[in-house]
Amino acid sequence: MNMVNIKINGMPLSVPADYTILQAAKSAGIDIPTLCYLKDLNEIGACRMCVVEVKGARSLVASCVYPVNEGMEVYTNTPKIIASRKMTLEMLLSVHNKSCLTCKRSQNCELQALCQELGVEDSTSYEGEMPDSTYDDSTLHLVRDNSKCILCRRCVAACANQHVAVIGPNSRGFDTHIGCMFEQPLANVACVSCGQCIVACPTGALTEKDQCGDVLAALNDPDKYVVVQTAPSIRATLGECFGMPVGTNVEGKMVAALRRLGFKKVFDTDFGADLTIMEEAHEFLGRVKNGGALPMITSCSPGWIKFCEHYFPELLPNVSSCKSPQQMTGAMIKSWFAQKEGIDPKKIVVVSIMPCTAKKFEIHRDDMEGAGEGIPDTDIVLTTRELGRLIKLCRIDFTTLPDEKFDPAMGESTGAAVIFGSTGGVMEAALRTAADVLEGRSVENIEYHEIRGGAGIKEAVYRIAGMDVKVAVVSGLKNANEVLTKVKNGEADYHFIEIMCCPGGCVNGGGQPIQPSNVRNFTDLRALRAQALYTQDENMPLRKSHENPLIKKAYDEFLGEPGSHKAHELLHTTYVARSRY
Amino acid sequence: MQKRISNLPFSGTPEQEEKLNAIIARHKDEKGAIMPCLQEAQEVYGYLPVEVQTMIARGLGVSLEEVFGVSTFYSQFSLTPKGRYNISVCLGTACYVKGAANVLDAITKNLGIQPEECTPDGLFSLTACRCIGACGLAPVMTINDEVYGRLVPEEVDGILEKYKNGDA
Repeated sequence: MNMVNIKINGMPLSVPADYTILQAAKSAGIDIPTLCYLKDLNEIGACRMCVVEVKGARSLVASCVYPVNEGMEVYTNTPKIIASRKMTLEMLLSVHNKSCLTCKRSQNCELQALCQELGVEDSTSYEGEMPDSTYDDSTLHLVRDNSKCILCRRCVAACANQHVAVIGPNSRGFDTHIGCMFEQPLANVACVSCGQCIVACPTGALTEKDQCGDVLAALNDPDKYVVVQTAPSIRATLGECFGMPVGTNVEGKMVAALRRLGFKKVFDTDFGADLTIMEEAHEFLGRVKNGGALPMITSCSPGWIKFCEHYFPELLPNVSSCKSPQQMTGAMIKSWFAQKEGIDPKKIVVVSIMPCTAKKFEIHRDDMEGAGEGIPDTDIVLTTRELGRLIKLCRIDFTTLPDEKFDPAMGESTGAAVIFGSTGGVMEAALRTAADVLEGRSVENIEYHEIRGGAGIKEAVYRIAGMDVKVAVVSGLKNANEVLTKVKNGEADYHFIEIMCCPGGCVNGGGQPIQPSNVRNFTDLRALRAQALYTQDENMPLRKSHENPLIKKAYDEFLGEPGSHKAHELLHTTYVARSRY
Repeated sequence: MQKRISNLPFSGTPEQEEKLNAIIARHKDEKGAIMPCLQEAQEVYGYLPVEVQTMIARGLGVSLEEVFGVSTFYSQFSLTPKGRYNISVCLGTACYVKGAANVLDAITKNLGIQPEECTPDGLFSLTACRCIGACGLAPVMTINDEVYGRLVPEEVDGILEKYKNGDA
């Protein structure tokens, strides 16, 4: 590696030649504050928070984008720098809705943290006119409050990185604001509800639509039977809401907390994930045998589904008709479970804890009423962040809770289901089952390492029962766009594609805990969170979906066989083409 | 001030669309193609409604929001059509102190439109402009190329009537 010698605050350092000043300082233990900068995503040097002095330079430079060079002398904490950073903050505050006491992002707000760290004492230094600001709660999944927006463009970059790009800066100067085309509310444009903008936002300008109140109301309604299900990835991230290290698996404490919140049953969406694999593997084998539309594409990720409907409607026949694990679990709770327990499904409220804001949209889709009579499969979706807040609201001391187990009626699952939370997990789970079914035996090698890891597009060919199965695993919609364009143009010949909307899969979902940029820029959150899931998979006695005894029971007692009429009624759905503009 | 967005129905012709398609095809592979496309499209249509911006976004393979963002950034772009008669009321310093705001009020009252808007019949559009260099005639307005000076609000209805009756 090419190294250069520089000095930071008089301290000699040797750093890689392609480093920015920000990276070089970080490697020497100096954390230069940033606000607009998100690594690999938003590197525009606009906010001036990260300014430093470089000897010989005409003015302060933005360290997030300024490359190091041989002999460079940098100062990061001179009075001039601190005064500049403070003034930047004071000017941001002059047009900021400073309702910090009641803001959802209080104590997790980068603007607030920087004001504190830099010792801003007067938030009214530049008081004057406030720009008009919009408040947009038109969608089912998020709220935009531009009175708290600092125009850093991190959300805009996140949206463009998803190849969606429905938000951007409109107007100019004092009137500049982030909005949609022709000032339409977000619900009127081709937003896919992924929530990547929310996790990119440094302040409270973007938040998920909070439904904690709805859950509390249901829990306190004596006529309701309220149950909860938790997605595979929640156990790997919920701990972050309580200050635990990234990648801590808190499955047991999570179950204990949910029980203390008053849910009658605590179920695992992993059951639905195993069920998804049964149905999806069956559908895939059917398509191969009967000449159905290939490549088949997975359907677990509702942000991806909405993307396909808006941007690639011609490929909808390729998307698996399987509902997502959330909706399968919900449908099974309100049919099989309700029947067995003798509970009126109309009285059951299914709450699901999801890493995802698009799930809030998904439950209101058409053809999501498996139990019939207009009974929704899932009633309320809370993101990981909302669950964190609900637990705090109910004063449950999360970190000291004992480890408890899921309720057995729908709490048994396999390692195959656990890894659904990471990119590549669904494909690996499907391959484990497809290989056994096709080979007619229990295949020993069940780890598919080629399709693991953080790359946005992964490809592999597996020889199963004499057939070369060509698969692709894609996460992030920019990558999906690339692969699907090839598929559309006949330049790719995959049999099976897994697509997850969010880069890295559900562990990096738009509903996951928000880590500030100074953590996010220097930590591989996705890898740490995914590792928690792969470790759990490794340690589970059952690692193939079809070996789950509860799944066998569900088919024996209730569903018949994968792909049966009843399975179709309950567990499959339909899609619609939507317009892009 | 934020730009007004027209809510009048789009009345583009096939000939205009053909011209726009040719414009897009000419710029498609250039870097920064949005800007020249918007400029030339405005020459064809007189303004840049959502229908035109959508054609540009689709043709260039960029997001509509990106096109809209550019169209709202530069003052040269208009999102509202011009009427057959474009009224410009000068709000420069001299006109303003001589009561131009009252003249403007009288016009908006008569026509039922605000500055940067166009009447639904397409006859009048209204612009509040900066100094046009006729301070000696303050307050002043122009209707197309005709200049009206030393105006009082009471005159407005009579002047507009001429145009409505086709007598101008």
